[in-house]
Amino acid sequence: MDDLLLQFLNGLDKGGAYALIALGLTLIFGTLGVVNFAHGALFMLGAFCAVTMRFLLGTSFDTISATKKDFLGNPLVEETPYVIHWFGNVGHAMIEYSVPVSILLAIPVMLLIGIALERGLIRFFYKRPHAEQILVTFGLAIVIQELVKSQFGANPIPQPPPDAARGMIDFGVMLGFAPGTVPYPTWRLVYLLFSLSIIGAVFSFLQFTTFGMVVRAGMADRETVGLLGINIGKRFTIVFGIAAVVAGLAGVMYTPILPPDYHMGMDFLVLSFVVVVVGGMGSLGGAVAAGFLLGILQSFTSMNEVKSLFPGIDQIIIYLIAVVILLVRPRGLMGRKGVME
Amino acid sequence: MLNLARKDLLLLAGFIIAVAAGPVIMTPLGLDYPDILQKFAIFGIFAIGFNILFGLTGYLSFGHAAFLGVGSYTAVWSFKLFSMNPLPAIIFSVILAGLFSALIGFVSLRRSGIYFSILTLAFAQMSYNLAYSVLTPITNGETGLQLEQADPRWLDTAVFGLDYGAALPSSSLFGVSMTGYPGFYFCAALLVICFYISIRIFRSPFGMVLKAVSSNQNRLNYTGINTRPYTLTAFIISGMYAGLAGGLLAVTDPLAGAERMQWTASGEVVLMTILGGTGTLLGPVLGAGIIKGAEAKLSQYNDSILTGFYDFLPETLQHAMVSISGLFVGEGWHLTLGAAFMLVVIFLPGGVMEGVRRIGRLFSKRKRGSGDAASQPAE
Repeated sequence: MDDLLLQFLNGLDKGGAYALIALGLTLIFGTLGVVNFAHGALFMLGAFCAVTMRFLLGTSFDTISATKKDFLGNPLVEETPYVIHWFGNVGHAMIEYSVPVSILLAIPVMLLIGIALERGLIRFFYKRPHAEQILVTFGLAIVIQELVKSQFGANPIPQPPPDAARGMIDFGVMLGFAPGTVPYPTWRLVYLLFSLSIIGAVFSFLQFTTFGMVVRAGMADRETVGLLGINIGKRFTIVFGIAAVVAGLAGVMYTPILPPDYHMGMDFLVLSFVVVVVGGMGSLGGAVAAGFLLGILQSFTSMNEVKSLFPGIDQIIIYLIAVVILLVRPRGLMGRKGVME
Repeated sequence: MLNLARKDLLLLAGFIIAVAAGPVIMTPLGLDYPDILQKFAIFGIFAIGFNILFGLTGYLSFGHAAFLGVGSYTAVWSFKLFSMNPLPAIIFSVILAGLFSALIGFVSLRRSGIYFSILTLAFAQMSYNLAYSVLTPITNGETGLQLEQADPRWLDTAVFGLDYGAALPSSSLFGVSMTGYPGFYFCAALLVICFYISIRIFRSPFGMVLKAVSSNQNRLNYTGINTRPYTLTAFIISGMYAGLAGGLLAVTDPLAGAERMQWTASGEVVLMTILGGTGTLLGPVLGAGIIKGAEAKLSQYNDSILTGFYDFLPETLQHAMVSISGLFVGEGWHLTLGAAFMLVVIFLPGGVMEGVRRIGRLFSKRKRGSGDAASQPAE
């Protein structure tokens, strides 16, 4: 029982990442009708925003220490990061919390990248066949990936979580299990809460604001909204930017769980596409539900009991489910009737 | 002759001459060593096969590397168990890849468009993951499948009485070692045969149905033609081509690894086909040649070669140029690939072949324009 609970929890944070990426993919597909193979690259760019932020915060100047000596007896050269020099303790805290602080960098950067991509490239592909959209965004993903590789190198760059979120939370104790049976890394809990709040924010943005209302109307019938004198193209550009931000934030906060490297986007992209298909093309709720569902399933199948029954099932479960769903219920779990069936 | 129209016969003859003279043609480019020539031929076969599916029917498969991988594994197993002769190896590769693609195609072809792409992608990733984990007894996991001295090779030892001694054997076609130029001409012969089959398919009624599938499948269904058997056949044929290519990869270098099945490898064959020209006969071979050639050329360059290249510029400009173009060569040649691919999809969706045709049309129009500019079409 405690094993099940542990696997359930383990699946949630991965599911959160899947859900966030799939949400952005679905937003782009639902509004612009574009199949974006570069979305994984946006996730990866977000993760590298965190790397950049940590590098910027760590930029330091050298001072020669008056008192300390190094092992040769020469005066020790001390590195003081500028933020600590300027802000004192606040600076310490900023370095400590570099991953969450990176969100401040990631939002404007990803918004700009998203809007630039949409205006510069994607908008020329609205009328082209899906195959060409896939191909051009696939090329774009390769370009982004290689640029990142040339700047940051090919090795993963570990990002430490803040000290406060470094340990384990003993979930079992709250539910009456013996202490130590259900240890859960605190950062994963943070990630789960974070992804839930981002999902909530996106949904309430679409549901409760005028802008969101127009976007939803545009998803249902683009022409009619245009006929009402609303510049729907402009709104959709911003939606692309928002989708990029969501993917980027998912990447930023994922860095303490998985050290970012240049091909992490590709790995997540394939899975997120499967998630979108399982959830139903163009269904936002479906994307979120399928994201969590597949994350949890993947986690369950990696239990030893299951693996001894079906060897290797944890490697293929997500794809297997996608195959079954596509054959049995082509529009996905929550897809609307007639959308890309 | 060969049941080909005159035009196609000329094309085939030209193709044979070009392939046979491959080592000479590639000399000015510095790509005249056997390893790269073998790669040209093998990936040419792979791309021709992919084009039979994607070029004719428009079904974009993102999982063809799985068949390549199956072909490689089968060939190495054939070397290990039966004989170092490449003929049984590639026959087994083609048959097994055909069976495998029949299975995957039967399921995947129930959907079309982007769902088909994702289904094939899902199957390929499943095979890749399984090859890495559970199937380790067959695939030897991360290390990759290799020949060993203790392999039985019972056909060689029992029937032909060959003994390879202490050295690891290399594949040999009745005594001719399949490395270097003999290996290239073996692949080249198969490439020509594959090209011939592809011409025949393109010109056959079967090929016409496939083209009709890509232009309007609904209308074809309304006409009363069940398209599924046709598309499935095309899928299996292209899977067998991929299996042959995989088998040949193992023939020229007898080892097989799971990374050949990864979806980026499937992406590569898509790139080759698009870059050369989808739905054209020559395009895929050209695309495969361009990509493999560029890979070999660009990954050789490094900063010192570039510095020599920009020697004529003033020093600051030279540094700038070296660091900019340094991004695109050496380790970063994938960047060139991605950028070139984007440019082709954006500006020249028909690939290199369309570019050639456009240039040709430009010249022929100019000629005609100067010749009979006065003649107006009768209304």
